[in-house]
This record gives sequence, C-alpha cells and structure tokens, in this order.
Amino acid sequence: MSGASLIRVEGLAKRYGNGGEPEVEVLHDIRLEIRPGEFVAVMGQSGSGKSTFMNILGCLDTPSAGHYYFDGRDAGGLAPDELAALRNASFGFVFQGFNLLRRVNALDNVALPLLYAGIGKGERRARARRLLEEMGLATHAHHLPNQLSGGQQQRVAIARALANHPRVILADEPTGNLDTQTSQEVMGIFQRLNREQGITLILVTHEAEIAGYASRLVRFLDGRIVHDGPVHPQ
Amino acid sequence: MRLAAVPSESWRAMALNPLRTGLTMLGMVIGVAAVVAMLAIGQGAQAVVNQQIASMGSNLFLILPGAATSGGMRMGIGTALPLTAADAQAIGELPTVTASAPMTSGTAQLIHASNNWSTLVYGITPEFWAARDWKIDSGEMFSETDVRSAARVALIGRVVAENLFGNADPVGETMRIRNIPFTVVGVLAPKGQSLDGRDQDDTVHVPLTTAQRRLFGMQIPGAIRFIIAQSASLETMDTTEEEIKRLLRQRRRIPPGGEDDFTVRNLTATAEAAAISARAMSFMLGAIASVSLLVGGIGIMNIMLVSVTERTREIGVRMAIGARRRDILVQFLTEALTICILGGAIGAALGVGGAWLAAELADMQVVVTVAAILLSFGFAAAVGLFFGFYPAHKAARLRPVEALRYE
Ligand SMILES: Nc1ncnc2c1ncn2[C@@H]1O[C@H](COP(=O)(O)OP(=O)(O)OP(=O)(O)O)[C@@H](O)[C@H]1O
Ligand SMILES: [Mg+2]
Repeated sequence: MSGASLIRVEGLAKRYGNGGEPEVEVLHDIRLEIRPGEFVAVMGQSGSGKSTFMNILGCLDTPSAGHYYFDGRDAGGLAPDELAALRNASFGFVFQGFNLLRRVNALDNVALPLLYAGIGKGERRARARRLLEEMGLATHAHHLPNQLSGGQQQRVAIARALANHPRVILADEPTGNLDTQTSQEVMGIFQRLNREQGITLILVTHEAEIAGYASRLVRFLDGRIVHDGPVHPQ
Repeated sequence: MRLAAVPSESWRAMALNPLRTGLTMLGMVIGVAAVVAMLAIGQGAQAVVNQQIASMGSNLFLILPGAATSGGMRMGIGTALPLTAADAQAIGELPTVTASAPMTSGTAQLIHASNNWSTLVYGITPEFWAARDWKIDSGEMFSETDVRSAARVALIGRVVAENLFGNADPVGETMRIRNIPFTVVGVLAPKGQSLDGRDQDDTVHVPLTTAQRRLFGMQIPGAIRFIIAQSASLETMDTTEEEIKRLLRQRRRIPPGGEDDFTVRNLTATAEAAAISARAMSFMLGAIASVSLLVGGIGIMNIMLVSVTERTREIGVRMAIGARRRDILVQFLTEALTICILGGAIGAALGVGGAWLAAELADMQVVVTVAAILLSFGFAAAVGLFFGFYPAHKAARLRPVEALRYE
C-alpha cells in the first residue's frame, strides 16, 4: 500500500426513483480505494450496478449519499462546469458502443476533447494525428465511424480518451461488441497504456479472460461489492 | 479561444444537413424580405403624402359655395349663392388670415401652332402664390396690374409646356386658350400630384379677372368658384375657421340658426388625415410582415428542438469528454443565430429587390432606408436568440448520464 489513493469512495449509495414511485437503491454503502496506476477489473451480473458506479466515478452522475474523493477533492462539492473540466482533464471514457460522433471523421473525433480544453486548431490536429498513429490508424484519419470496423472504432475511441493525457480511463465493457481477436488487441493496448504510461484503468467486463489483463478484481452483487482482491491470487 | 472554436462545431453540423438548414433559413428569408419590402412600400406611400402636403402649402382653407352634407356631397354650385372676389378680400382682412385668394377654374382647349391640349385653367391673383409656395422655373408671375386689366397672360405647368411647346422655351410665346390668344409669361416648377390625385403640373394659371371675363363667364358678375385662405399658423387654424364662418354668414345674411350655405374645408386637416392613414398603412404592412418573421422564428425553434432531441446522445458524448453547459448552449445558439443572420441577410437583399420590382412594375414609390434594413435584421437576430435559446438551454441542461443513455 504505497502512496495516496487517486479514487476514494466512502459510504456511497445511489437511489433511483421518480415522482410517487418508491425509490430503488441500486448501490448500497460502497467503499473503495484505487491508487494511481492500478488496473482494476469490475465484474458482476447484469443489473448489479457496475455501470452506475462507473458513471459516478467518471463524474457523469452524482451519488445519492456518501462521498467520492478524486485526487483528494470531494467531487460532490463541484459545480457542473467544474465537473466538466475534471472530466475533460482527468478522465478518458471508452464505451461498449464506442460513442463516436457519427458524422465526424476519426481525426476530428479524437481532437474533440482538445477543443473543449481550449487548445488551438493546429495543435489539436497534430496531437490527434499522433494518437491515431499510435493506434495504428494513420491511414484512417479521414474515415467516418461507419467506414471503420468495430475494432477500429474502439481504437479511435481509445485515442480520443487519451487526447488530454487523462489520469484515469474508465472503460465500460469496451470489448462487449468485439470478437475475441479484436478484444485481445484492444486489451493489449490498455495493458500497454497502464504499464508504460501509468494510466489508471478501471474496466467493466463480463469475461474472466478480459478481467485477466487486470491486476485487481472488484466484484459487484446486487449493488454491493462482494469481492475485492488481486486477479491472480498467489 | 475555446468559445471561439465551438461555433465551428455548429457550422459543421449545419453543413452536414444543408436541406434542413436551407428550409429553416427560408422561413427567416421570407420573413425579413417581407418586412423590408413592406416597410419600403409603406414608407414610400408616406413619402408621397408628405410631398403632397409640402407642395400644397401650409395652414390652408378651401372655401366653397354650397352646404356640405354629412356625406360630403355638395349642392350644385349653380344653385347656391356664389362667392365673390369681395368675399375673398373681406376674408383677407380677418386678423388671423395671412392670405386669401379668390379663384375660379374650368377646363379649356389650348392651341399652339399645330399642337393642342386640353387642361384645367385656374383664374388666380398673385396673392395665391404667397399661400401656395409654388416656384416659377422660368419667366415670372403676372402682376396686380395684369389682374386689374384682365391681361391675356398665362403661367403654364411643365406638362402643358411639353405638350404645346416641346423642348422650346415657351416664355414670351403666344398660345390660344378657347381660341383667345394669351402670352406665356412663366413656366411653373414641377410639383407632382395633389392629394386628390390630380397632376398639378398639367394646369394653366391666368389672372382671375381674365378667367372671369374672357374664359368662363359666370351668370353673376364677379362670381368666383372658390377661395383659398391661409391662416397665420397651425395654432390659429381653429380661430380662422370660426372667423371665416362668422364673416361669411354675416355677408350672406344667414339668420341665426340657419344652415351655412358655404363650406369651409380645412386642407391641412385633410392632409393630416391622409398622412395618418398612410402611416397606419405602413404600420399595418410592417405588422403583417412581422407575423411571417415570427412564424419563421417558430420554425427555427421547432427544428432546433428536433435537432436537440435527435442529437441527445451526441450532447452526452460531448459532455463526457468535457463540454461545459456553456459550450453546448453556445453551439446550439450559434446554429439558430447563424440561420437567422444568414437568412436575414438574404431576406434583406430579396426585400430590397422586391421593393425595387414593385417600384418598377407597379409604378409605386418605395423608400428603402438603412434603418429599416437594420431594424428587420436586428429583429431577425432577436428572433434567433429568443427562439434558439430555449432549445439550446434545454440541450445544455441535459444531465450527462441521461444524455448518454438516450437511444
Ligand atoms: N435511470 C435509471 N432509473 C432507474 N433505475 C435505473 C436507472 N439506471 C439504472 N437503473 C437500475 O440500476 C440497476 C443497476 O444498473 P446498471 O446499469 O448499473 O447495471 P450493470 O451492472 O451495469 O448491468 P449490465 O451488466 O447489464 O450493464 C439496474 O437494476 C437498473 O435497472
Ligand atoms: Mg452496464
């Protein structure tokens, strides 16, 4: 246990409910710490609250109770624009459905976070091009998402997640729509990013094989963490 | 830097859907074109009336024999006791009256060389000129002496001059009115149409006495057709009217309680009424055209709302990668504003073109002012801001998770 935690969650709960309907609590009293540079796999059956938890970690959603400290700062006390800035600077998102802008080519998709970071057009382009090269997509820079394969789209999405040198990449079932071989390629990229650049990775998956790339495993069941430990217990 | 980059995102989105952008813009184009054209036509009508008022002279009364009925119909002039030059003179001596001119008129055939022309001939005194504020282009006004001696001299309007003399200078030339030779002593400056739509340049003016004795003999000697009187100022108009009425009743021996057998018409009030109706028309045209601008604005709001709904997921993605609420707001507001301003510019150009076409084809007077263009342009931008704000605000208020989950 070395160094301060990057992510610290205490007594976190999430409730859904609208109007007269009784509220449903989908996350109960979650307690978790993640240190910089960790590679965490999150598993659990469907509906156990993994995505809900990831959205809160990524500041896309707010908890109903409890605290979430990111890098020592209480995210609960941040205004919407501060959260936007935090997402822009510190998080990279990779989704199961890629979530690329449909009518925008690969290069501009990758450059988009840089636009919201206030970086000039020339540098945006140059950085986006370099990232696409790293993902082996230099020749596909001007393709629209629907002109790319699933694996290529996911690599564009990873390049976009990396654009602002995030500290954390949150990937919710990133290989869910990919075949085995492509999944392995994508996981290879994640592993490299984690090892070579020290980026903290939190990844939701249903497949034990994918979780095997991580070093720590967190398992959810009905809105609670029921297991937290190394992926490969000695 | 950052806010400056966001609009390019909206322009890209608009360029990706040119048909939709174009159709939405069409609403604005039509609205602004309608406003600009209608204002031009309305202001043109006002300008015409104003010119007529200016050409008429100010604070004038027209005094006619015969009673005015409520419908404005007069008894035939012949049946009523006529007015005389002496009446005009007496009116001229009233304290608030600055000028009083007896006049008579009739149509007559004019001949010069092989040209002939039928027009309206007025018998006037030089005093009339003071009230009418009418310039003489060449030659000069006839004198009091000419009136006293019933001289055969005439002032002719521009249209008469062209029809009888062509390009030659008519001053000093002789022409025949009802076969009687007259010398042309002056040509009048162009004045355009009067309020009743008559071409004032198609007239001839001769001394009153000449008209009475040589051209239009009346049954009663000294009878005239009407009197033009001028009040000292706008404020004295009411007093003057009272004075004239009292004087004429007295001179014409109308018993107390008896009805006037003459009519005093306030020309300035008539002109004012014309000006007010022209202004009202101008306003109406503008208001009607504004409705189309409003409809265009609602069209924009409609399309923007659809666009926001359609692009909810995109908004979620943008938020996830760091777009602030303001960035989303600016992006959608820019879209609405661009449509309005571009549509406004095209519409203003079309409106000016339409007004010009109306002027050419329908022979209407139109006035295109920069102020009118700026006004409709500003209105268009305001419409864009107003109707674009709600959808943009709605987009900016979306919560990232919900937007991302939207199917
Ligand atoms: N907006 C919402 N309103 C109400 N209930 C919700 C909402 N979002 C999620 N839930 C509920 O919260 C629970 C957890 O959902 P979540 O998406 O986090 O599950 P998950 O573990 O990611 O499942 P999966 O493996 O299928 O992706 C589910 O029971 C779901 O029905
Ligand atoms: Mg999920």
